[in-house]
This record gives sequence, C-alpha cells and structure tokens, in this order.
Amino acid sequence: MSTVTTTGAARAGSARSRGERGTGKSILLHGTLLAAVAVSLFPIVWLVLTSLKPRDGWLSSELEIFNQPSLDNYVRVLTETQFPTWLLNSVIVAGLTTVIGVFLASTTGYAISRFRFPGHRGVMWTLLVTQMFPVAILIVPLYNLMAGLGLLNQIAGLVIAYMTVAVPFCAWMMKSYFDSIPREIDQAGLVDGLTPFGTFWWVILPLARPSLAVTAFYSFMTAWGEVAYATVFMSQEEKRTLGIGLQQFVGQHWSDWGLLTASAVLIAVPAAIVFLLVQRHLVAGLTAGATKS
Amino acid sequence: MALSTGRVNSTARDRTAGADGARGQGRHQGAGPFRRAVGRHWYAWVMVAPVILVTGLLIGWPLARGVYLSLTDATEANIGRTIGVNVIPSTYEFVGLDNYIAILTSGLFWEKLTWTVVWTIACVSLHYGLGLGLALLLNRRVRFRSAYRLLLILPWAIPGFVSAFIWRYLYNSDFGVINAMLKAAGLGAVGWLDDPTTAKIAVIAVNVWMGVPFMMVAVLGGLQSIPGELYEAAEVDGATPWQRFRFITVPGLRTVSSTVVLLGTIWTFNMFPVIYLISGGGPGSSTEILVTYAFREAFTGVRNYSNSAAWGVIVLLLLVVLAVVYRRSLRKQGEVW
Repeated sequence: MSTVTTTGAARAGSARSRGERGTGKSILLHGTLLAAVAVSLFPIVWLVLTSLKPRDGWLSSELEIFNQPSLDNYVRVLTETQFPTWLLNSVIVAGLTTVIGVFLASTTGYAISRFRFPGHRGVMWTLLVTQMFPVAILIVPLYNLMAGLGLLNQIAGLVIAYMTVAVPFCAWMMKSYFDSIPREIDQAGLVDGLTPFGTFWWVILPLARPSLAVTAFYSFMTAWGEVAYATVFMSQEEKRTLGIGLQQFVGQHWSDWGLLTASAVLIAVPAAIVFLLVQRHLVAGLTAGATKS
Repeated sequence: MALSTGRVNSTARDRTAGADGARGQGRHQGAGPFRRAVGRHWYAWVMVAPVILVTGLLIGWPLARGVYLSLTDATEANIGRTIGVNVIPSTYEFVGLDNYIAILTSGLFWEKLTWTVVWTIACVSLHYGLGLGLALLLNRRVRFRSAYRLLLILPWAIPGFVSAFIWRYLYNSDFGVINAMLKAAGLGAVGWLDDPTTAKIAVIAVNVWMGVPFMMVAVLGGLQSIPGELYEAAEVDGATPWQRFRFITVPGLRTVSSTVVLLGTIWTFNMFPVIYLISGGGPGSSTEILVTYAFREAFTGVRNYSNSAAWGVIVLLLLVVLAVVYRRSLRKQGEVW
C-alpha cells in the first residue's frame, strides 16, 4: 500500500507545481478514500457473500467469509418462488412507464427549452411542483379512481400511476438537455424550410439521443424501485412487482434471508451495470439547468 | 393552496389556447392581440399539450379530489364501493377543516414533523458534507481516481428497495453482521431496530449511505467546471489554501449546490422505501416520517382516507413553502435559477 501511494505522490508532485504532497499527506488522502470505499462497498459485498452461502447459511452470525459456497439460494429463488413472475411484471411495468413517459415528455421539454410562450412559467412550475408531490397525497384518490375503473391488480393501472411521477421528471430532464443544444442548430433547420415541429423531429431529437437514453433509464429505475403504489395497487400474488414480492421473503412470521439476498443480487447486478455505463450523463442531466445559468 | 389553484388555472388556459391555436393557424394576420399571440405560440402550446393533459388528468384531478377528501370524514367504512353486483353509495360528509384542526392540534403531528425535519436536516447535511469532502479529495490528482470514483458511486447504482433490504439484514439483531462485529470486538449486541434512538440512527445511516454518491458526483462536476486559472492567479497573489477554498471553490459551487440541496431535501423529505422497508416506522411509530405515516393511515387498519389526505396536503404545502422561500433567498443573493 505505502509503496503505491509514494510513487503516486512522487509522480503527481513532479507533474505539477501546485499542490505538491508529502508522503504523509498521500497516505492520509488514500487512507480516507479507502475507508470511504470500504463503507460504500461493504454492504454490497456482504450481500453477495450471503447469497452464496448454503441454504441456511444466513442463520450463522459467524464472521466467516466464504464457507462452502453454493448456488442453492439462486436455484431456489428461480424455481421454487414467484420471483420470475414478479421480475416479468416489473420489467413490463417499468418498460411501459419509460416508453410512454419519454414519448410524452420530449416535446414538452423542447417547447419549454426553446419558446417563451404565455403559460411558460406555469408549465415550468407545474413540472417542478409535481416532482415534490408526496406519495401520500395522490395515492388515495388514485386508488379510488383505479378501483372505480377496475384497474386494481392490472398492469395498466400501475403504469398510469407511475405516469404521475415519470412525465414531469422526464420533461424536466429533456429540457435540461435541450438547453445545452445551441439554438443556431434550430435556426439552421428553420432556414432550410422546416416547421418548428419538423426541426424538433428531424434535427433536434436525433441530437438528443444520449439524453433520451439517460432519461429513459432513470425513469425505468424509478418505476423499477417503486414500493408504495405497487404495495397498494397490486394485492394479488401473481400481479406483484419485485419491490413488494421481496417483502414476502422476510415477513413477520417467516423469513429466509437466503432467498432475499439471492434475488437482491439478481436484481441489482444488471441495474448496477447499466447504471455505471450511463451515470456521467445522469448527473449532467439533473444539474444542467443549474450549471448553465 | 394558492399555488395549486394557480396551476390548475394555467393548465386550463393552456389547453383551450392550444386547441384554438390549432384551429386558428393561418388566419392570424391583422387580428387582435389574442389572435396574434395564438398565431405566434400555437406550436409551443401544441407541444406542451400532451404533458399538460396527462398532468391535468392524472395529477390535477386526483389532487383536487384529494383536497376534497381531506375536507370530509371519508373512511373505508363509508366510502362508495361495489361489492359484486351491489353498489354501495358513499355516505361520508363534508366536515370543513375539522381534519386539519384535529391534526394540527394533536401532539402526534408535531412529533412527526420534528422527527421529519431532524431526519431531513441530518440526512441532507451529511449527504452534502460527505459528498463535498469526497469530491474535493477526488478533484485532486490522485492515483486510481477513476477506480475510487466508480467504487464510491456503487451505492447509488443499487435500486433503493434492494439497499433497504440489504441494510435490514445487516441490522438484524441475531444474524446481522454489524452485531457479529460488535460481539467480535467484545461489545454487546445492539437491537438496532428495537429501540427508538438506535432505529433513528440506523435509518439515517442507510439514507446517508444511499445519498452521498449523488452529491459527490454532482459536486465533483461543479468543481471541474471551475477554471484552473482562478486558482493559479490566487496562488500568485499569495492566497492560502483556505482562502482559495473560501473565495473560489465556494462561490464556484454555489449554483450546483443550491440545486442539489433543494433536490436532496425534497427527496429525503418524501423518502418512502427506506423507512417503510427497514424499520416499518417502528418501534411503535417512532421512525415514521410524515409521508409514511400518511400512507399507513390510509392503508392499514380501518383505512382513514380523509385523514391521510389531510396529512398529504399538509406535507405538500410544507414542501411548496420550502421551495418558494428557498428560491427567493437564492434570488436575493443574485442567483438566477
């Protein structure tokens, strides 16, 4: 460890005049960062290790690291539980939410980014305020509405409920990205004889593809991890999504952390991989409005 | 309330104007100021229309209905419903502000509000403080910088409910690794989620763990957008590291910070899964924040819809006031946001 840090410090020191660091400072810096990494990684590592323990391995509180690894928990999750059904439900719900949300929101994002029209401020405020809506205020009326329309325990009902979250958010994200595309590009489109819609569709939207992807991903993740609406709207066993389904593994009377940890790994790994691929754009999108001004 | 009615008004206005615009295109020359406005702006209105429609139908209507419910005595027992072929009509009544008065005069509300505020302030300040600290470290020339960065944002990459479950297992009093470590260190086991104080510490710790990466990455982005020449110039002028931080870094970060702190506050204030899945609001209702309490009120035991709606309205009002005050204070400092 110490050899690594000293060479690092030496190289950094020779590379620039400012901020030269002594060995002690380097050790302190790397020590702090390593401690932070340990805290951020530990729960995840422990999750993976627990999931690989044999059937009742989670019951031991021994600090053994890796004892008789087995895929038993994974096999059980995939064959003996409803996990595959929940997974499928979650994918469908989150997928539909994403596609509809992004589709509806992109034109609005463009309009509020480019045009100053009467009602502009109103729309901006609507989008901002609806993002503050606590789940508690809409859930009861939406629940009654869905009950009236016979949409409880229906995928469509849950997707409609998620629209309330996804649409304002997506519009806001798209607006931030459109803000970063120079207006001269629009003007070029207009000069070439396109209508404002044509400019949007043929010129700007293709340029905004990275942002579309990021917005889509983020709304997918939001729907994927939602718990409150799903708990209330989907009471039937085979309609559950992952967030509620997993609660069953660790209920009040019976719990099996082996099943829980294995399914958690199955959910988290693909999500984490995609997340790490897009995360740079994600932060840029969320804070773009702020950094630009 | 003033705000949300204003919103509904503008919604209605935009929709009708958008429809007029679609019809009235092409004949706007020489018409009155309204016509001219329609002619100039109809495409913007048409583009905004889908979202306005969706928010109007899916948020505006339920919101109006939620506000109405909060003024009634609706519960599971007296709300209209259909059982099989029998339609049971609603029998709840309009009770005015009774629910609000009952909530605001109850000790429970102030207790929950205090805890929610403590929870929000503790979480957001730790998020921001730790995020800023780590971002400052990562902004230096460090070996393995990208590796550190990647590893440090991992908690953000895990879906929230999964993190909540992981931590519940870590906190488990019998099989949890935290207690196992305490025992190994010769200390006694702690029933983390069985005592109000430790349960509060426990949920704050989880939320901090989940929220720091976002702040860190956002602040790091802000740091990298500060021109290096400023630091060089300051150094030539003999500024100490503290002065460089105070007079270059802090002002340079202000816009990013103000946004992420507001976002973080709203997210934390409304943070549902962490509380609901880890402590379930317990022991008793000691870790219940306003949002989870309102949820529980509506969907456990006898479902008290009206009361829950009133709690929801109060939470929303608190957040709107917060956002307005926050924005105003920023504007006073000359920030355009």
